[in-house]
Amino acid sequence: MSLDKPYKDVPGTTVFDADMSRQGYHLNQFCMSLMKAENRARFKANERAYLDEWPMSEEQKQAVLARDLNRCIALGGNIYFLAKIGATDGKSFQQMAGSMTGMTEEQYREMMVGGGRSVEGNRYTEEKK
Amino acid sequence: MARITGSVYTSHVPAIGAALDLGKAAEPYWQAVFKGYEYSKQWLRDHKPDVIFLVYNDHANAFSLDIIPTFAIGTAPEFTPADEGWGPRPVPKVIGHPKLAAHIAQSVIQDDFDLTIVNKMDVDHGLTVPLSLMCGQPQAWPCPVIPFAVNVVQYPAPSGRRCYMLGKAIRKAVDSFDEPLNVQIWGTGGMSHQLQGPRAGLINKEFDTAFLDRLIGDPDGLSTMPHIEYVREAGSEGIELVMWLIARGAMDDVNGGKAPTVRHRFYHVPASNTAVGHLILENN
Repeated sequence: MSLDKPYKDVPGTTVFDADMSRQGYHLNQFCMSLMKAENRARFKANERAYLDEWPMSEEQKQAVLARDLNRCIALGGNIYFLAKIGATDGKSFQQMAGSMTGMTEEQYREMMVGGGRSVEGNRYTEEKK
Repeated sequence: MARITGSVYTSHVPAIGAALDLGKAAEPYWQAVFKGYEYSKQWLRDHKPDVIFLVYNDHANAFSLDIIPTFAIGTAPEFTPADEGWGPRPVPKVIGHPKLAAHIAQSVIQDDFDLTIVNKMDVDHGLTVPLSLMCGQPQAWPCPVIPFAVNVVQYPAPSGRRCYMLGKAIRKAVDSFDEPLNVQIWGTGGMSHQLQGPRAGLINKEFDTAFLDRLIGDPDGLSTMPHIEYVREAGSEGIELVMWLIARGAMDDVNGGKAPTVRHRFYHVPASNTAVGHLILENN
């Protein structure tokens, strides 16, 4: 018997469950280290060298270097941890969230001011096809 | 005897804190949010509690992935605002109430809710933004605060039902505390929002409106809503709303007393990525 995961068919959404958390442990703990100012400075000085101090997969390191948050999430990253990379880069939470949607920063901001993304057509993956 | 006199519900969007801290509160975008709390600030001055029991979630600040407590009660004498990566918020430190917190921990654990007891932790925007919204920018917060952190970061969060029943146990614990304290319980987080993936930016006003209606009139029924409905309808981060059920479960009407008075209700979209919802319920 496997666990029931009814959230697998929510489009454009990765639920950070125990399995994702297991895969993303070192990626997320790396992010957590950026809460300290001295670590932020060391990371900014040489990102690759700083990442190499962590037992992360090469794919995870490449996703961080590219600031590809969707990829980071697919590899076990959690948005609240990934936000520390955004903070290090001087990005707001809205800029980070918007970067995952394929919209420009301006388009995303306007969508939010206009009431946000509608749930209609966004409940099930089959609706998106 | 201590008594729960009322409950407050509010979103805790970090950008609201940033808008206050960076002096942007007068901008029209933020005025639309803050005007919904003008009544609330006056209400809190007129109904100053002795202690606030503040239910919130930590956002990867006090707790990393090393330890993930489902329910954590802060029993320390004080709590420092966390550096979440942008530097700590310039807000007063949070003074705790170790005696009441320890009493509540002992009581609810004996009622089968296995809390984690935390004697040292920093508190993030989940806790300080609601205080800012309700108190403005004072030199010190108006009273001691007991931080109560709920895991909603790693799925699954506790169920709505579990949260609601925990609220009842907290209420029983407060009732059995031998000092005449006026205690408010606050439930924070939500409303609909999603911060990740191509579906980021999701807002569901119909869901949020129905949630507010049912929280007031049918909390028992609302508490049975499954996680998947929060995720699908209110966004992956909308699941924070289960925390509101802890505060609701502590009110008189669901513990054999009278229905509460709805003192205030407010809803606005957006604050950054999020729908802002707010309620004040007073016991009679």
